[in-house]
Amino acid sequence: MSKETMHKLVSTAAPLPIENIDTDQIIPARFLKATTREGFGDNLFRDWRYTADNTPKADFVLNNPIYAGAKILVAGKNFGMGSSREHAAWAIHDYGFKVVISSFFADIFRNNSLNNFVLPAQVSDEFLAEIFKAIEADSQTQITIDLVNQEIVLENGLKESFAINAYKKQCLMNGYDDIDYLLSLSSEVKKFDLAHANF
Amino acid sequence: MNQPTTLFDKIWDAHVVKAMNDGPDAVFIDRHFIHEVTSPQAFDGLRKRGIGVFNIARTTATADHNVPTKDQHLPIKEALSRHQVETLRKNCTDFGIELYDLGHPYQGIVHIIGPELGLTLPGMTIVCGDSHTSTHGALGNIAFGIGTSEVEQVLATQCILQYKPKRMRININGQLGKGVTSKDIILYVIAQISASGATGYFVEYAGDTIRGLSMEARMTICNMSIEMGARGGLIAPDETTFEYIRGRRFAPQGEAFDQAVERWRKLKTDDGAEFDVELNYRAEDIGPMITYGTNPGMGIAVDSHVPNLSEIPQSELASYTKSLAYMGLEPGMELIGKPVDYVFIGSCTNARIEDLRTVAEFVKGKTKAEGVEVWIVPGSVQVSNQAKAEGLDQVFIDAGFELREPGCSACLGMNEDKVPAGKYCISTSNRNFEGRQGQGARTFLASPIMAAAAAVTGKVTDVRELV
Repeated sequence: MSKETMHKLVSTAAPLPIENIDTDQIIPARFLKATTREGFGDNLFRDWRYTADNTPKADFVLNNPIYAGAKILVAGKNFGMGSSREHAAWAIHDYGFKVVISSFFADIFRNNSLNNFVLPAQVSDEFLAEIFKAIEADSQTQITIDLVNQEIVLENGLKESFAINAYKKQCLMNGYDDIDYLLSLSSEVKKFDLAHANF
Repeated sequence: MNQPTTLFDKIWDAHVVKAMNDGPDAVFIDRHFIHEVTSPQAFDGLRKRGIGVFNIARTTATADHNVPTKDQHLPIKEALSRHQVETLRKNCTDFGIELYDLGHPYQGIVHIIGPELGLTLPGMTIVCGDSHTSTHGALGNIAFGIGTSEVEQVLATQCILQYKPKRMRININGQLGKGVTSKDIILYVIAQISASGATGYFVEYAGDTIRGLSMEARMTICNMSIEMGARGGLIAPDETTFEYIRGRRFAPQGEAFDQAVERWRKLKTDDGAEFDVELNYRAEDIGPMITYGTNPGMGIAVDSHVPNLSEIPQSELASYTKSLAYMGLEPGMELIGKPVDYVFIGSCTNARIEDLRTVAEFVKGKTKAEGVEVWIVPGSVQVSNQAKAEGLDQVFIDAGFELREPGCSACLGMNEDKVPAGKYCISTSNRNFEGRQGQGARTFLASPIMAAAAAVTGKVTDVRELV
């Protein structure tokens, strides 16, 4: 639905070197009661970001002003495991991240991000370690995400390519979504609907 | 002769409306379940596009995630929860979708009511905006969880765009020991391959141990497929499946049922069909399991110990230490004897009638330990009514357990059923993530009988000593 597009992004990055970050951490269940897609960014990583009395936790990366404005989130492997809640992708997008880099993504989260114009860029464990190292050395280091050439480039010249399927790449670059395509198949689908009437 | 094919491939291929060159398949969806939490934005999308639902007969709605488990006949107290359930009501009315609302005799957790009503059948493709949709695969179908944009796709087009996952087969053979259940099988497998060990795969569970399980026990296994990252899990249908389906409300009846069974008998993996990964486990190696950490892969046999730091790979040490700190546990410690504060018996994993019977049989004549709060939350109105008809409710009352009304409840703590910060809960649900059962809550995942044993002793207990 969104006509957002993505080609190339150059930005600082927020580091979150924790493995197996599940969608309950990204957006806790008690914030899933909204009936719109907006406003979830305020509660992104809520319980890591704030204490029970809503005081920001100083040691959490999103509360550190040196990472303010980062459009890239860099996280440990197996990011987005658990619940299928798309609210996780909405929260990441609403907060302002356009790209999540990790060395492994959970399947449903990967689909949900792509459907919300957040690019899940999967890199090797080694390159992920290099990215964390680069951010640690200089919090303002610029990371280039080149979707067209499917490449991530660091300021120190290190780079690695990432995989994305051709269809989803086109969707991101052109702002397409899946429903437009599926609606175009409706006469074929009607035949399936009749053929699958009995089990 | 055709190439030997897996059951997964047979069902998937029969549902591909169109394959895209170097792209995803458009897969026809036979059955779509929706609930109040992940559907409102999808209906909004339909309204913005000015389109309706492709075939209303293929979608069924219920309210489960966000509903109270007390006084369901009264208006929901919490304003946001009430609004979400009311929004589901309005959307179902506006678009013509059947809703099993609070108070309806078919209401319940979406993955419990599907099989129970005969809406879930072999050979189908089934989706729902909930990751535990994999539960339905126990009846021999392809069922998986989806996001809200995909819920909108299915409502609008009865199709979903998906890349075909790889295939994994997990074989379990042998005799399960005393006190060991299907929950222990799946917690054991996840502990072996980790919480991401099956990411990218669709799993078929096979072997004589699986064949020997009841339909409901099989659902527990398929339910937790997602906890090792799998897209879904299925079990080829057999006589157990057919007998389970026979006579259910929306299942084919009479002659139509017999004809369906003839078709369903063909739903199996051919001899010699290739899987991308095949894993084998022995039932004898599986003990009663319990988790100690903050993902479902962090599980051990109850008589074992929390891993020592020396047993953890260097790259995982930071996450491991963080997890144990959250849980208030030390590396190397034993869990037996650890006091628990709460016991939760419920969720789409373990809230079916067999689970309640198992618990009732165990606790009959016993009472809960002092200071422990025990919640039993049936998976559906039908389960609840059946439990009462069998007198299980009296057993629970006599034991000091609280029998609630159906819903997802303390599995994810969206309603009032939350475990307080720092408290330990032994839970029959599926996730032990930080904060899952309430901010700061500490979860031990286990089987219903292990949870019942802890309820009676007030601490983590090896159930084998009590049965």
